[in-house]
Amino acid sequence: MSFDVNHWILFLMAGILVAVVLAQSVFFLIKALRRTKELGMDQKKIRKTMLTAAIFTIAPAVAIVISVMVLSKTLGLPLPWLRLSVVGSMSYETVAANNALSAMGQTLGAGSLDAQQFVNVLIVMTVSIMLGIWLVPLIGKKLQKGMKSMENRDKRWANIFQAALFIGMIASFLGFVFCDVSRLWDPASRVVDGVTLSATSGLVPVVVMAASALIMVICGLLMKLPKMKWLSEYALPISLIVGMAVAIPVTAWLG
Amino acid sequence: MKKLSYMDSVHRDGTIWNLSVMVLLLAFPVACCFVFNVAPEWKSLLMGLFATAPMYWAVGAIETVTYVPMLGAGGSYLSFVTGNISNLKLPCALNALDQNGVSANSEEGEVVSTIAIAVSSIVTTIIIIIGVVMIVPLTPVLSAPVLQPAFDQILPALFGGLGVAFVSKNWKIAIAPIVLMLILFIFVPALNAGTVGIMVPVCALFTIGVSRIMYKKGMI
Repeated sequence: MSFDVNHWILFLMAGILVAVVLAQSVFFLIKALRRTKELGMDQKKIRKTMLTAAIFTIAPAVAIVISVMVLSKTLGLPLPWLRLSVVGSMSYETVAANNALSAMGQTLGAGSLDAQQFVNVLIVMTVSIMLGIWLVPLIGKKLQKGMKSMENRDKRWANIFQAALFIGMIASFLGFVFCDVSRLWDPASRVVDGVTLSATSGLVPVVVMAASALIMVICGLLMKLPKMKWLSEYALPISLIVGMAVAIPVTAWLG
Repeated sequence: MKKLSYMDSVHRDGTIWNLSVMVLLLAFPVACCFVFNVAPEWKSLLMGLFATAPMYWAVGAIETVTYVPMLGAGGSYLSFVTGNISNLKLPCALNALDQNGVSANSEEGEVVSTIAIAVSSIVTTIIIIIGVVMIVPLTPVLSAPVLQPAFDQILPALFGGLGVAFVSKNWKIAIAPIVLMLILFIFVPALNAGTVGIMVPVCALFTIGVSRIMYKKGMI
């Protein structure tokens, strides 16, 4: 069969895999929902949780669609569709595809791939990203047991430990927001991919983060009013969307 | 037969699902070889793998150890299959735990986190399907230059709000890691979007260490 990066068979195979992953999500959702009933949890709250999760996911998911569009220009549509639905991320797939192609003396975007190049890219992407999928079944249970036994020994410390993990993760990303601030005083850091950016461009993420944080604070204060309790479900999605919207004028101004 | 506990059944089902997905993922390239009657070019395949796999496997191993205790069991099996953990699944789970006022260590926390991550995975998958089906009309809209900055700044917009929610509740243990990360990210040029993932476990360990000292001294 003659090869094309957008061959219908590739769409079919990617579609089957995406369907299986979708089925896994539905399976775990139903399983957890049943458990909430057994535990006697407030079903109204659970429905709100689902609604918030769905609303919150929309903007980041649209960003993933944009990555699929960018990658589809060189890799065809089925492969990025699969790779970004199952594990994958934009930066990872680009690196993996580039490594696979440069080993064959090719570069990404230099023209349409032939079947052999496609298979090589596919294998490099799949094998390299696969670790978490089998490592979780292998060590997940042991990690959870470790957490449980820590809780049995000292419940208060176990809760602090958990909070410290979350804070550690959030602090790393807060630091990351400031990573380009050095453009203010370091001209060398302003050159990115051969393009010279403005000195203040590193402040854009900082302003966006501050705007999002401010909205969250306002939501938090408003939520205390009896009539505004409903806001708690929308606080994070609202601060995300406002932050993203603020990025547009701020980038025009500082970027 | 002894009835499995909920947690044990999550581990059993998760293992079956994840290993099945893994087999299917590996079957994809094999099927391509048969359908298009082509063999991989082995030498460059090995070179490509060697350039990519070791780094991603190392990062993946660290991510597994760091994220499993945060995501819970069900959430971990799903997240490590559907991906986008730090920029989508984990914030979604954290927000759900916060909203329900349940501890991540409890079984209530486990199911709430699983529900949030499952809903998020389903919505993401469906939105990507819509995007793929409608790629021709959607491409000019979504790649419009005016929207570009908004999607470039998704992480700052996300962690600003999430930071307020969590730092305000744990401000005592948050000060040291935030100060450290600010200094490192501002003054070490090697730390950027590509390396933030590696800093998560480093900072998590640091925060645990600082919290342990504060806990022992009775400061928290």
